[in-house]
Amino acid sequence: MSGHSTYEPKNAFTRWLDTRLPILRLSHDTFVDYPTPRNLNYWWTFGGILSLMLGVQIVTGIVLAMHYTPNAKEAFSSVEHIMRDVNYGWLIRYTHANGASMFFIAVYIHMLRSLYYGSYKAPREVLWLLGCVIYLLMMATAFMGYVLPWGQMSFHGAVVITNLLGAFPVIGNTITTLLWGGFAVDNPTLNRFFSLHYLLPFMIAGVVVLHVWALHVTGQNNPTGVDPKSKADVLPFTPYATVKDGFAMVLFLIMYAVFVFYMPDALGHADNYIPANPLVTPAHIVPEWYFLPFYAILRAIPNKLMGVLAMFGSIACLFALPWLDRSRVRSMRYRPMMKVYFLIFVVVCIILGFCGAKLPDDQVIPGLTTVKVMESDLNSYVWLSRVASLYYFVFFLVLMPFVALFEKPLPAPETIATPALSHPAEVPAEAVAAPEKKG
Amino acid sequence: MLRKVSVLAAALMLVAAPAFASGGAEHPKEIEFSFAGPFGKYDQEQLQRGYKVYREVCSACHSMNLLSFRNLGQKGGPFYDPKYPNPNDNPVVKTIAADYQIGDTDSETGDAIQRPGTTADRFPSPFPNEAAARASNGGALPPDLSVIAKARHGGPAYVYSILTGFVTPPAGLNVPAGRYYNPYMAGDVSSAWTGDPHHVPPGGFIAMPPPLADGKVTFDDGAPSTVNEQAKDVSAFLMWAAEPKMEDRKQMGFAVLIYLVLFAGLLYASYRRVWRNESH
Repeated sequence: MSGHSTYEPKNAFTRWLDTRLPILRLSHDTFVDYPTPRNLNYWWTFGGILSLMLGVQIVTGIVLAMHYTPNAKEAFSSVEHIMRDVNYGWLIRYTHANGASMFFIAVYIHMLRSLYYGSYKAPREVLWLLGCVIYLLMMATAFMGYVLPWGQMSFHGAVVITNLLGAFPVIGNTITTLLWGGFAVDNPTLNRFFSLHYLLPFMIAGVVVLHVWALHVTGQNNPTGVDPKSKADVLPFTPYATVKDGFAMVLFLIMYAVFVFYMPDALGHADNYIPANPLVTPAHIVPEWYFLPFYAILRAIPNKLMGVLAMFGSIACLFALPWLDRSRVRSMRYRPMMKVYFLIFVVVCIILGFCGAKLPDDQVIPGLTTVKVMESDLNSYVWLSRVASLYYFVFFLVLMPFVALFEKPLPAPETIATPALSHPAEVPAEAVAAPEKKG
Repeated sequence: MLRKVSVLAAALMLVAAPAFASGGAEHPKEIEFSFAGPFGKYDQEQLQRGYKVYREVCSACHSMNLLSFRNLGQKGGPFYDPKYPNPNDNPVVKTIAADYQIGDTDSETGDAIQRPGTTADRFPSPFPNEAAARASNGGALPPDLSVIAKARHGGPAYVYSILTGFVTPPAGLNVPAGRYYNPYMAGDVSSAWTGDPHHVPPGGFIAMPPPLADGKVTFDDGAPSTVNEQAKDVSAFLMWAAEPKMEDRKQMGFAVLIYLVLFAGLLYASYRRVWRNESH
């Protein structure tokens, strides 16, 4: 897509096609000849893993939709029908349900990688924004997908989350009524969630195309954050990146398979095997694990509207990130202060996840009672999530803009190829020319 | 290598994140089932004994409406017989089904009738509707047992713990009429507790009286029929009812993992070969 195309049609048909629809040229330039920095590490393989997961989710989802009944009376038993009577239905459903979790594991690693190596900085702002849009669409899709089995957690999770939007003044009630298709979560809600759950993945696929397009315009970032300057800095996508991505994908699939085949319900909640009952509220409503950090931020704030704004604000920070970060150094490898703040940020996100799974007033250190501030004991998960939420926002709104003023960056290499790379070639480049053409 | 390990470690850390708080109930008892672990299988004789406990005790109040009689004769089921790959031909299953009376409509006259069950029928509910079920059980609704072993934290160990967990309530606990104290039941008994408020007993009140008793069910294979054995067998049966395809799943998983590990090895070798001449 960028630069000069090296594609040469090999036979009469491809020559004929190339002058009419150069789709093979596009594929060649995108997936074969595309130059990738030679120093990409395994954190860069998650883009490919995410494409794989999107494919897996769409294919399994289409098959599930053939057997699922989006009706409040029959949804639960139709899911059990898939588990019991549909040929390999258990496999398809467990692959899809655990696939959502795997998708989020991969996307969080992918996002943290961008954060650490500064992949959101100029000229990749649009690439990053498109990624944020994909993440938002993923959250909406996952949330609506979790509602479809119409178990207790599905139903009451849907009630809690849709009610949050009612906190907005003036428009809140209209939004919730539109989402519900009535005045409570009921059959119309399930129907429209099913419809949207089927639609959004294709929107994700569309934005992924834009995301990849933007990537191919700017080129990939790399662990040094230094732009490639010559041919010595890059290698063709195939075979170098394809084989490395392929290896990482299979490692990821091994972890995925362990969940699907040996602990398929470990990431779900037992209550979702109880059919939805609007009259019985579960003792403890929790969202899926990938929403827990945001749920903790929401509950950290005593005021409902402020809590909702903080939750949306925590995602808005991601969108604003390219303009919040004032440092000219891309990779945190060469940012000694920011690197530490980043590691704390990762730990804080995991702490927020734990807080989201606990009851707010549970004690962090069992048996210790301290002072009550704002109606909660200081030794409680709600206070831990307040401290952690504060750091979350400080990281984006204070550290990102201002650390650069005080930080003395370490010297970054001139080019990618000049520094002593971590894996030197086993055979000097002159000894064997063009190894990818052999074997 | 270290970087590879760190990728995996990061992935696992994210996976390990959710730790759900449990209520005030005791953790389910430690119990070893034949189907535990990656190679665990259901013990068919245990499933048959468990089915008998379900039939003679549980089914008096609890429905199991996601299961059909034919499921009993499916591969991995309690009455599976390799001679009858189609469970609808299995004579044991046919006899079990015919023992039940199923409500139906006479196709000639349109009258409501009762007819003997067939293998295609679902297990009938013991009560015609929820109100009737509640009226017969002191206002409490006996939950459907089809997926109960997956619908509670602890799964089959939870079922076993509840069934064997009935104890004399501690002094100072006022058990309401028609309720029974069980330390493994989710709930909160603090409002009925008159003792030290810092030492509220664990567990909750359950409307089900202790259902099992030594010798209550006579097992056809002559296995000892203690409360402990009955509870263990019926918990195993309910796990099968909730997850009838578990054996298929684990078997396929083993093949899939062997394939993926070999494929990963092959790709790693290719990766090393392709990158041999390039520093990175």
